Amino acid sequence: MASSDNSIDLEEPRGAVSEGAARGTSLPRRAFHYVGGWRSDAAARWTFIWPSVILVLFLSIFPLFASLTLAFGRLVFQRGSVEVDFVGLSNFTTLLIGTEQSHILGVAKTPSPFGWLLLIVVVALVARALVRSLRSGRVGVGGAIARVAGALFAVGLAWLVARTMLGEGGRPGALVVTLFYVFAGITVTYFLGLGLAILAVQPLPGRRVFRIVFLLPLTITPIGVGYMFRMMTDTSKGPLEPLFSALGLTGYTWVTDPWAARIAVVIGDAWQWTPFVFIVLLAALEGLDQEVREAAFVDGASKWRTFRHITWPAILPVSVTIILIRMIEGFKIVDMPNILTGGGPGTATQSLTLEAYIDWRSLNLGSSAAIAYILLIMVTVIASAYIAWTRRWVERA
Amino acid sequence: MRNPLRRRSPLDLSPGAKVVSYVLLIAWSVVVLFPLYWLAVTSLKLPVDVDRGPFYVPFVDFQPTLDAWENILFDLGNDTLRPYVNTVIIGLTSAVICTALGASAAYALVRFDYRPRVALIILAGITFVGAYAAIIGGVPWPVAVVSAIAVFLLLAQAVGRRFPRALGNGDIAFWLISQRILPPIAVVVPIFVLYQQIGLLDTQLAVILTYIATNLPIVVWLMRDYFAALPIELEEAASVDGASVYRIVRSVVLPISVPGLVATFLITLIFSWNEYLIALILTSADARTMPLLVAAQDATRGPQWWAMSVLVLIMIVPVIVMAIVLERFISRGILIGAVKG
Repeated sequence: MASSDNSIDLEEPRGAVSEGAARGTSLPRRAFHYVGGWRSDAAARWTFIWPSVILVLFLSIFPLFASLTLAFGRLVFQRGSVEVDFVGLSNFTTLLIGTEQSHILGVAKTPSPFGWLLLIVVVALVARALVRSLRSGRVGVGGAIARVAGALFAVGLAWLVARTMLGEGGRPGALVVTLFYVFAGITVTYFLGLGLAILAVQPLPGRRVFRIVFLLPLTITPIGVGYMFRMMTDTSKGPLEPLFSALGLTGYTWVTDPWAARIAVVIGDAWQWTPFVFIVLLAALEGLDQEVREAAFVDGASKWRTFRHITWPAILPVSVTIILIRMIEGFKIVDMPNILTGGGPGTATQSLTLEAYIDWRSLNLGSSAAIAYILLIMVTVIASAYIAWTRRWVERA
Repeated sequence: MRNPLRRRSPLDLSPGAKVVSYVLLIAWSVVVLFPLYWLAVTSLKLPVDVDRGPFYVPFVDFQPTLDAWENILFDLGNDTLRPYVNTVIIGLTSAVICTALGASAAYALVRFDYRPRVALIILAGITFVGAYAAIIGGVPWPVAVVSAIAVFLLLAQAVGRRFPRALGNGDIAFWLISQRILPPIAVVVPIFVLYQQIGLLDTQLAVILTYIATNLPIVVWLMRDYFAALPIELEEAASVDGASVYRIVRSVVLPISVPGLVATFLITLIFSWNEYLIALILTSADARTMPLLVAAQDATRGPQWWAMSVLVLIMIVPVIVMAIVLERFISRGILIGAVKG
């Protein structure tokens, strides 16, 4: 387990105790094991981590259980008090197969040819990965079950996307729209952020000014950004009116085209969060040892090779982390669709969290908590799969 | 006068590449600055100027006025000042504590091995659920808590010895980040009840504590990568020389991790500065923060664009000042100096 020093060492094989025991002996990066001097500082082991763990436990466990209670219940107001009635799974069934299904999952139709193609490709890739990992012999029973479940989950999501988003006459629900926000947002944000960080790290005069300027969108409160983009997307009184009228969109309202509205949400989201990726990658790039790069360059390595073999491996762990954080935060997107489009046209731009927010505002706390738990399960599966998948990359780099 | 296009180091760009770089940097700057410019001119407009279509340049397109600024800064006076002071106090305090706690946890996760026993975690979970059920069932909470702790301690020894299977550092880190997956909307009501019980509603302390806990996972994850990328040789050398962990952290690790710490601090500060939903639930009058004030401008009369623009602009000024002050620390000069010195 010599790889334990990298940043995404999460899915430690749960199988054998001996593996855990072996870890302590073969870790090049854990200084105090190596030196054997940590015993005298045994207290430090605990004082470093316990405050964080206790604080997070204290403020997370109780709300977690309480909202789970809510997810299986319904608020009842009577005689000036509030009670929670246990209603079993009915909150979940209403959302997934009941009256709310068209909002959450969407309206499913037969997939278009492109939808079928996507479905076949996803099934093939998932099956290949699954067979490979199961035949490698390194996966225990628990791991195998988890992988099969993950594969089924991935195929299910692809099925949903193919039938609602790419089906003739189908309509994607909040779940698929949220997935679209997250993946479109992450792609745009990461590559923009990386490009800007690489530019801003070059020894150019004036780069410090650009760094501060690039940070600006992040400093605005998300609600403010929402309102700002509402001004930006106003086709008659907004500042981009000449642009819109040149495109023949005068008097156009975003509420008529679901995809235009969704893309507007992604643009606003990317505008705000690109600086987050930018500043984290910038700090990582600045932490690199410049002399190694210089030496490689003097030795005749091209710019691209220097980047590929020196810079990229060094920023890969941070990149993996930043994408994970953006993914987790992105699934909770609420302010931008809420303020920019109000979830409209119809419910076309509603994200899962916005659905939960709307239910919450109408005091339907049970349904709100149930949506949150659907989101929790989905993001946990996707995040674990992402971590298991990227770990190999980081090891190889 | 230095010629900006001359190359000094082999890593410097060629003149052509420099021109392209500047074009790209300026292009993105325009994308970033234009909406902010629009906020600035909107803050100088009367409602009628906002309504009558896009006007771009003050004095040319429309007659600028400081009405909105006067209204926010003087007419509202304390109603603006108090949220502003709250935001500053809550933002700075929670960001400083969060970065300190999170960075030490991240360092520990990179340099020490932790092996929490699975059986003990399950046992703790079961006793917690038992106590929770007992409290809901009507048992007074001190009784339930004390007996739960007693049961846990009694069983812990036996269970821990019999089932030695353990988790690793990666699992702790994943548990931490997984705390951010649940959308805040699902937990704000329980958190509200929690603070109501201990009488901390509408205090700065409640908001600070909550922000620290919600931002900790991000600090831990970001700092874990920075610490893992540090050269271990320095720490080994210091350890061989007999320095304690605290000493090594203070005089070896901290100086060379300044870029990461500063970037993380800025991000945490910005997150607490701008957070809306938790502040909305936990505060009502005394501890209100600025994002609530921004949202309040879209009340019954539709969005008050001019007032909103003023508020957003005065909100970002301190953050930008912090960013300008701290930006110099996110650069490699300090790192190289520390390693070589």
